[in-house]
Amino acid sequence: MLEDLFKVVKTRFNGIEGKNNDDARKGNIPEDLLFKCPRCLQTVFSEEFSALNKVCPNCNYHGRLTAKERLKLTIDKGSFIEYDKDMLSKNPIDFPGYPEKQAKLRSETNLKDAIITGEATIRGIKTVLGIMDSRYMMASMGSVVGEKLTRAIETATERKLPIIIFCASGGARMQEGIISLMQMAKTSGAIAKHSEQGLFYLTVLTDPTTGGVTASFASLGDVIIAEPKVVIGFAGRRVIEGTIRQRLPDYFQSAEFMLEKGFVDMIVERKRMRSTLAHLLKLHGYTDENRYNN
Amino acid sequence: MNKLSAYERLELIRNKNRPTVRDYIPQIFDDFFEMHGDRLYGDDGAIIGGIGRLGDRPVTVLAQVKGRNIDENKKSNFSMPHPEGYRKALRLAKQAEKFNRPVICLIDTPGAFCGVEAEARGQGEAIARNLAEFMLLRTPVISIVLGEGGSGGALALGVCDELAMLENALYSVISPRGFANILWKDASREEEACQIVKCTAEDLMGFGVAETIIPEPVGGAHNDLYKISENIKEFLLEKTEEKCQKDIDVLLKERYTKFRKIGEFEESENIAN
Repeated sequence: MLEDLFKVVKTRFNGIEGKNNDDARKGNIPEDLLFKCPRCLQTVFSEEFSALNKVCPNCNYHGRLTAKERLKLTIDKGSFIEYDKDMLSKNPIDFPGYPEKQAKLRSETNLKDAIITGEATIRGIKTVLGIMDSRYMMASMGSVVGEKLTRAIETATERKLPIIIFCASGGARMQEGIISLMQMAKTSGAIAKHSEQGLFYLTVLTDPTTGGVTASFASLGDVIIAEPKVVIGFAGRRVIEGTIRQRLPDYFQSAEFMLEKGFVDMIVERKRMRSTLAHLLKLHGYTDENRYNN
Repeated sequence: MNKLSAYERLELIRNKNRPTVRDYIPQIFDDFFEMHGDRLYGDDGAIIGGIGRLGDRPVTVLAQVKGRNIDENKKSNFSMPHPEGYRKALRLAKQAEKFNRPVICLIDTPGAFCGVEAEARGQGEAIARNLAEFMLLRTPVISIVLGEGGSGGALALGVCDELAMLENALYSVISPRGFANILWKDASREEEACQIVKCTAEDLMGFGVAETIIPEPVGGAHNDLYKISENIKEFLLEKTEEKCQKDIDVLLKERYTKFRKIGEFEESENIAN
């Protein structure tokens, strides 16, 4: 019976691949049953993939986590205090369909926008956090992402806390026009002021970190960590392929490519992320005591 | 003069006779002395950097170069900078800070270049670094969008104390063409996209992104280079004087606040902005 089920899915999946290879690469198959790795194109049962914290057992691609899942894997249980959780974006350029699209996503994802911010402890060490969630308009940065991040960074600056941002984004949110572009300057400026105070800023680049987010706060970490096999870049791959009229290898704009080119400090596997973050926080002088001092 | 539609302006700024920074620099600045290279990789022809005199005052000029013909465009890559262009701009901005020179940024780009080499040399990092460094740069920065202000490639020279737009210039998060492509999967619907994306000088004044509109001669800047250069120079003389008079810490606080307050959101029932 299971065999049959598999066959149905496989046939459907092959159909997709035959018609449109690009869709297949995205792993466009029934999500609830199988996961197709966008890197090695192997399929695994979703259950197995989830049990592995969404890491591909074949090639070690680190898949996309929801902000909630990320939080659970990263912080001390029960230590999270969320900031600005009720902030909603408006429609500054009256973009057609934008409010409707957001309403739909809000009910589907239970998120208000593409980021959650707050503070928590990691192995007892207090830090400010920002975690982007790619399910929400590919975690593009509009007013809410920009404002929530800036407030979180400013809070960290005022309270002399480190900040860790888990980045994932398609870039600036086109639907908010020039306002989105300005969020790049706003967040980068806030980071610059945090840095000026001698405070530690760490970014973790997850799948995918691109566009205006790569060109702002994601690239400004004192330490920049990437997860294995994720996409990191500025320009869209298809834009570049269109210009040079040839297909680029998978390696291009991968975490490993960025490490080789010198734009990432280290690639860290998910299972070692929490201990790595705690270790780096300690090396920058932050200790358990921070919880009591603040 | 009747205001033109966004699309009419787009056609106007694409007019091959529209003045470029190569026309403006000799009209506005005296004794311009160009400098080359980012000291890391190479020299990018898409951004000119140098020192010139604005009235009596030495200033650093960073300018994106649209070519006037195919040869010039080959050299300037159609004004689409590579990372070394942004790094050259940052190097010269830091130099300006050292010598207390105001920085004048002339923006005219469809966007940062999208290519294999640009990615390998860190286009994202180069832009990000400029955003952060210009925010703290301890000397006045004044930016003017001359024609196209395309996305992060423009913003990398756009973190400033005062942003002016030439009357017909456009500044947007994505080119109208890219916008149409994403919105309708049809790049040819540029004209409609142009209206929706809200990228004219008046739109940007409304959003608090730009502070000044510099009027163009009737029919556009190309009709009277002398007049438009005079208008730009007048604006720059006034603003550099004004910003140089200010205490630098006050100026930096105002610069931060200018960007800090941009954003349209609401919290619960309360409209926050």
